[in-house]
Amino acid sequence: MAASQTSDAFVEFDRVQKSYDGETLVVKDLNLTMPKGEFLTMLGPSGSGKTTCLMMLAGFETATHGDIRLGGKSINNIPPHKRGIGMVFQNYALFPHMTIEENLSFPLEVRNIGKSDREAKVKRALEMVEMGNFGKRRPAQLSGGQQQRIALARALVFEPELVLMDEPLGALDKQLREKMQFEITNLAHSLGITVVYVTHDQTEALTMSDRVAVFDDGVIQQLDTPDKLYEEPMNSFVAQFIGENNTLEGVVKEIRNGVALVQLDDGELIDCNPVNVSKAGERTRVSIRPERVEFNKARLQEGAHTLKAEVLEFIYMGDIFRTRLRVAGNDEFVVKTRNAPDQKRLQPGEHIEIGWLPEDCRALDA
Amino acid sequence: MSDATANQSLTTADGIPLKAALARAEARARRRAFLLVLPLLAFILITFVTPIAQMLHQSVYNEGFTMHTDVITGERTPIMTNVKEWFDENPVGTEPDEEAYAALAEDIRKLREVRAAGSAGTRINYERSGTRSMFTKANRSITGLEPPYKEAFIELDEEWGAPDLWQVMRDASTPYTVNFYLAAIDLKKSPDGGFEGVPDNRKVYVNLFQRTLFLSVLITFLTFVLGYPIAHLLATLPLRQSNLLMILVLLPFWTSLLVRTTSWIVLLQSEGVLNDALVGAGLLGDENRLPMMYNQIGTVVAMTHILLPFMVLPLYSVMRPINPSYVRAARSLGATSWTAFWRIYFPQTIPGIGAGALLVFILSVGYYITPALVGGSSGQLISNLIAFHMQNSLNWSLAAALAALLLGGVLILYWLYDRLVGIDNLKLG
Ligand SMILES: Nc1ncnc2c1ncn2[C@@H]1O[C@H](COP(=O)(O)OP(=O)(O)OP(=O)(O)O)[C@@H](O)[C@H]1O
Ligand SMILES: [Mg+2]
Repeated sequence: MAASQTSDAFVEFDRVQKSYDGETLVVKDLNLTMPKGEFLTMLGPSGSGKTTCLMMLAGFETATHGDIRLGGKSINNIPPHKRGIGMVFQNYALFPHMTIEENLSFPLEVRNIGKSDREAKVKRALEMVEMGNFGKRRPAQLSGGQQQRIALARALVFEPELVLMDEPLGALDKQLREKMQFEITNLAHSLGITVVYVTHDQTEALTMSDRVAVFDDGVIQQLDTPDKLYEEPMNSFVAQFIGENNTLEGVVKEIRNGVALVQLDDGELIDCNPVNVSKAGERTRVSIRPERVEFNKARLQEGAHTLKAEVLEFIYMGDIFRTRLRVAGNDEFVVKTRNAPDQKRLQPGEHIEIGWLPEDCRALDA
Repeated sequence: MSDATANQSLTTADGIPLKAALARAEARARRRAFLLVLPLLAFILITFVTPIAQMLHQSVYNEGFTMHTDVITGERTPIMTNVKEWFDENPVGTEPDEEAYAALAEDIRKLREVRAAGSAGTRINYERSGTRSMFTKANRSITGLEPPYKEAFIELDEEWGAPDLWQVMRDASTPYTVNFYLAAIDLKKSPDGGFEGVPDNRKVYVNLFQRTLFLSVLITFLTFVLGYPIAHLLATLPLRQSNLLMILVLLPFWTSLLVRTTSWIVLLQSEGVLNDALVGAGLLGDENRLPMMYNQIGTVVAMTHILLPFMVLPLYSVMRPINPSYVRAARSLGATSWTAFWRIYFPQTIPGIGAGALLVFILSVGYYITPALVGGSSGQLISNLIAFHMQNSLNWSLAAALAALLLGGVLILYWLYDRLVGIDNLKLG
């Protein structure tokens, strides 16, 4: 194998597999390449193998098969303390018997950095996370958000090029979490470090990352930029997992000119974008984002297929209206409309016709 | 001043000063809380404080030479009153004269009347051996004794003329005494009223205290060295395996102490399994089998085994909740596995080490049964001697004095521990 497949590859997972018990694969054939300075998030449901990947990268678990490379060099046989990777743990793992300053100077001490140098770096790191006055306290005397910042400062104080974060914001309330999301991304970009971030909060993943790797069942389902991931999910798992999504099931009738004609289970026909289907006769799940559904006839394309729908519920949410419909036997079909002056407010019981642009309606795997 | 004026302005809604209202409310809560703990308090008082107070009293108070209590009727009669009177009239060091011996004769007649010569003699015997028989002999011959009593007594037994006997009797004629404490540290009163060491061949207690201290420290250290890895293993293994191992650790608690001690005898005695194996393997000649039982080795081995759980359990309870991510964090921050252990893991287990060490040490300082069974003569601890004085020599006051010294020593150690480590750092479970 070549030392580097792409010249700017900084972190590489090359056909990595991992099994804990020799019976099941927790990570199946993982391939991932990250350039320097990228903020990449691993997103996925619980138990999908995110932490395992992080642990293999940090050196606390060994890959059962495959190669992990850092800066072009294989790190399979390098012990964790020589990898020089900063890590923020989910529970912060601040050493409870040390003050904040001692916590921060620990990685510098084990690197035999001189005392004055150490103090300067600790001070700078504390100021970077705006915690300059807390150096003498113990971790237990800090709030959750403050501890989180210290954990971040400690992972950064020895100036690693790669920082791993395993659900670092999991324990914080919503407001603080949003603030910290912003601070972490800012810090990462201004320092130019490469970050692998783990979360199962999709909003967090979308707002923070350069790219997101969606995990399920030990496999990366899709690795893409946040907007691509949301607008162009490549399979039904990703479509379901990221954002809100309407699904309709059916069979492909024909594919012509890049448009698939799908017959839904109740017999209606719709035009779709054939993403994950290749030939007529295949079963498919059709995915449409709630905000791409249109019921204003004037805005629909000439000759587009439409479906009959019955309004079940109308929820006023301030900035948007969320309307639940029954479409083709599906009671959970949701339409979101912006609260604009000319926007129509649908009434429960009303019968309407809905449609969409064929490219917004993606025919995915069943 | 300003405080008082500030307080005056603070009143509750109906005008009562806030402080008074608060005090009243708190007093009520306190009373109720006190009532709740009353049964416990009474229990502790009866089962714990009283016996200790009694023991401490007994160590400085012995009325064997001043008061006789009839075993059957419970009637109390003062004894040796005439001698006491003579002692009060004559200062320390006065040669006993005819008057003194006459008083003694009078008192012994009284002893014979209430049948108390034996117990009175025993009290003197504690401090001067061989005296009990002098009293019983005098008791038998008192009816035939004629003045001049001095000659008569000395005729009976030459020892009646010994000045230090009279010194001992003088001390014993008041029930309060520190002599038992002196005896417990191998000292005694000299005839001139000062202190002096007991003869070398009778020095036992200081030596024994030292040995007890040394062996307890050794046993504590051994349980720590053996227990720390076990506790660590228990704390890091998956729960199912660690439960199984925990049963093995606790097994000693479920088997009789005697059975365990006996099995050590079977293993370690000179005709025992271990020696047989060594001889059988040709590592040892048959004539120089290792003496591992009925000496200090036996005591140390058996007690280390028995006290091991008391070290393992507090350590385990401290180690279990230590999140493995601390060590991982340390490793990811660049620490070698040794640094991570020493700087991060070990400090977090110190409360457990302190608790375990204190527990094992205090238990072994007062340990009795195992040294008695496997200790031989060189492996006896201070408790064995206390038991001896309680059960065989019936010198309860000396036993109490020894026990009180032990208690004092443990309290001092506890205080030292508090100063060095801090009791609030202790974690027992
Ligand atoms: N030490 C281990 N021994 C055995 N199995 C493990 C171990 N750690 C994780 N697993 C299993 O591996 C799978 C993936 O676990 P992992 O911790 O990587 O999930 P995750 O994606 O981080 O989930 P979460 O979002 O809940 O943290 C799970 O099925 C888990 O049970
Ligand atoms: Mg995880």
